[in-house]
Amino acid sequence: MSIADKSTAKPRKLGLKERYAHLTRGLGWETTYQPMSKVFPFTDYEGIKIHDWDKWQDPFRLTMDSYWKFQAEKERKLYAVIDSFAQNNGHLNITDARYVNAIKLFLTGVSPLEYSAHRGYAHVGRHFVGAGPRIACQMQAIDELRHAQTQIHTISHYNKFFDGLHDARHMHDHVWYLSVPKSFFEDACSAGPFEFLTAISFSFEYVLTSLLFVPFMSGAAYNGDMATVTFGFSAQSDEARHMTLGLEIIKFMLEQDEGNVPIVQRWIDKWFWRGYRLLTIVAMMMDYMLPKRVMSWAEAWEIYFEQGGGALFEDLSRYGIRMPKYHEVASKEKGRLSHEVWATFYNYTQATAFHTWIPEKDELDWLSAKYPETFDQLYRPRFEYWKEQSDQGKRFYNNVLPQLCVTCQIPMIFTEPDDPKTICFRSTLYKGERYHFCSDGCKDIFLYEPEKYIQSWLPVHQIYQGNCGGATVPEVLNWYHMSLGNDNMDYQGSPDETLWNEWTADRHKSAI
Amino acid sequence: MTLEIKTTSLKPRRHTFANVARRLGADKPASRYDEAMFDLQATDIFHYRPTWEPQYELFDARRTAIKMADFYALRDPRQYYYGTYTIARSRMMESTEKNFSFVEKRSQMASIDPAWAQKIQDYLIPLRHFEWGANMNNSQITDVGFGTAITQATMYATMDRLGIAQLISRVGLMMDGGSGESLNEAKLAWLNGPMWQPMRHMVEDSLVVPDWFELFVAQNLVFDAMVYPLVYSEFDSVGQAHGAAPLSMLCDFMADWFDETSRWVNAVISTAAKESEENRVLLSGWYKSWAERAVAAVTPIAKHVLEDEGEAAVERARLTLENRAKVLSLTV
Ligand SMILES: [Fe+2]
Ligand SMILES: [Fe+2]
Ligand SMILES: [Zn+2]
Repeated sequence: MSIADKSTAKPRKLGLKERYAHLTRGLGWETTYQPMSKVFPFTDYEGIKIHDWDKWQDPFRLTMDSYWKFQAEKERKLYAVIDSFAQNNGHLNITDARYVNAIKLFLTGVSPLEYSAHRGYAHVGRHFVGAGPRIACQMQAIDELRHAQTQIHTISHYNKFFDGLHDARHMHDHVWYLSVPKSFFEDACSAGPFEFLTAISFSFEYVLTSLLFVPFMSGAAYNGDMATVTFGFSAQSDEARHMTLGLEIIKFMLEQDEGNVPIVQRWIDKWFWRGYRLLTIVAMMMDYMLPKRVMSWAEAWEIYFEQGGGALFEDLSRYGIRMPKYHEVASKEKGRLSHEVWATFYNYTQATAFHTWIPEKDELDWLSAKYPETFDQLYRPRFEYWKEQSDQGKRFYNNVLPQLCVTCQIPMIFTEPDDPKTICFRSTLYKGERYHFCSDGCKDIFLYEPEKYIQSWLPVHQIYQGNCGGATVPEVLNWYHMSLGNDNMDYQGSPDETLWNEWTADRHKSAI
Repeated sequence: MTLEIKTTSLKPRRHTFANVARRLGADKPASRYDEAMFDLQATDIFHYRPTWEPQYELFDARRTAIKMADFYALRDPRQYYYGTYTIARSRMMESTEKNFSFVEKRSQMASIDPAWAQKIQDYLIPLRHFEWGANMNNSQITDVGFGTAITQATMYATMDRLGIAQLISRVGLMMDGGSGESLNEAKLAWLNGPMWQPMRHMVEDSLVVPDWFELFVAQNLVFDAMVYPLVYSEFDSVGQAHGAAPLSMLCDFMADWFDETSRWVNAVISTAAKESEENRVLLSGWYKSWAERAVAAVTPIAKHVLEDEGEAAVERARLTLENRAKVLSLTV
């Protein structure tokens, strides 16, 4: 029977699921001219055993025709908003120019991670054996490129009017505190494909994403930043796909072989702690950098991790997976985290590409109310003292370089889980060298893969070794491409503040 | 409260990002393409070597023998970033969808001569696997390539090839009444049919090429230049006499896509070739060895479809490719 006959003979039509399978995994084949092990060389070495890639359940069914259609529609809408934001000087509608410092953190700290995610998913999208998961990863790879690019295009307008945004890629790679997000993502990208997906798709996108994107995007909404709100919303349907991929990959590994369970558990432990440490910048952003606050870090942690995460891990317990190690330490720290971090950045603002400030009185009151057990007792007096000093013209800057945790690369600023007055120090000897850590979580991660973490490019060490442009602060800051007196130092007296006051003076005049 | 702002009072403090300004030589308004492309990828200060290839950094220019003073010279003349790319493809898909429903509504595929319809099954549907190989190869370049100029364009090519593989599959599903038989048959032909083995052998060999620029030449210049003109022009025009005009409508996307994409491929290769004599020699060598393979790979297919005319058609495609390579300043 010829093909032409078949088309009139009305054979059984495929169901949607089968049809989708033909259009995706059906494209792949077992190679014979080259061994599969050479075509896919990276799927064994992490110890994960996959017996049947066909058991992979596609987390969403999207063919390229509809992908192009949906995404193009979203892009048209998004760029219309970006254009009108620029034409109408939308940055004048934000609550206060201090808000823009959250955008600076985002562009220098987060957008480059979107790009890294793009390349990381391209890697897995090439190297998984199963064609189904490969396609899911490829779609995420191009989505993440989208996120990096739409963020740059959105923030491009802010860059025209505010400092600290002008050299994000360079700063991400060079500036001391940005080695925290950079090393986080490079840790994931330098891992094998299964660990990468556990780290980014599951731990980051599924478990912790509500604590990164939701605060930034609601912060933008509360503070009148319509451009950022729009790219946030526009990315949300992509994120929904990414989250289902995260859950699916975990279930897939756990269902394929019992031997995978302890490996996956160790990765969950590691990437929970790594991700949580990364979120310290979000904690400080929420509690200190938003002129109009959404909720406190402690509240966010309770809702999104303690409740949301708790339910998830209860669900996963049937596979033998338990809550990530040290989750209770994170909960103990929730009343201190943002204050400890903001105080540190306040002290080192001569070397940051964003401004810091002492919160206004009503803002201090808000913190006192949100943190009744810690703020007045431990932090408020310190901020009030610094304010006094600053009012007398003695704004405090710390010129002693801090010691960094080898794993998370954050300065050693965190306090003992059960004693908020004592700095937490951990250390270990490895091959005759002593390595320092901010926490048991970070020390565990090091001990499991010391050969990886001894490679860490620790900014403070590098400055001492003379690899960062010179020995003086101005030399190092030049090497960072920081514009001195513009990007750095207190918000008070900054060009951002001066210009904002000029623009809003205009606004008040024309409003009258 | 509506605000009236005197725009003159809002003089921008800078026109673009500093990295873009350095590349443009001055702080001046930059295109969206430039802002979303230049320097997105890290080039130094890596924390850890990849556990999967510890001999390299995460992004490492040494992964190809091609040397460029600046890999950002490999610009895309289409200036695609994600937004313009998806909008361009959705436009192409819009007219493709119209064509599909036009053909489907009138059951036009049924009017193709049965013998030629069988030939379409034989030469076109197995190409979905060729496209899947092209998807893998461009994904590989996106993974290990250097600089966003090239890797974002290969990301788009990765998704293009998946999209084209799916379009070819839809042609098969239209011909088999949606049963998937056509696709199963095509897969068997790809795996075991003697006519397809040189092609599959070539594609599988390309999947293990370590140098990503060689892979770029093999797949995006050579393989495509032998497959697309043959399949979507030569076979297509002969098919007209056998009632295959509806197929041309279904494959319109591929013909347009090839023309558009060739512009980008040409720009990348000629830029790299003009950079240095060493690059030119390398590129010419890769071109030559893969062109021989590709000619051998398409010949049995062309002979099956065009019979006596097959070899001449292959030779025409080969000559077109050779002239194209010459224009790109390769030695052929
Ligand atoms: Fe993203
Ligand atoms: Fe994502
Ligand atoms: Zn640490």
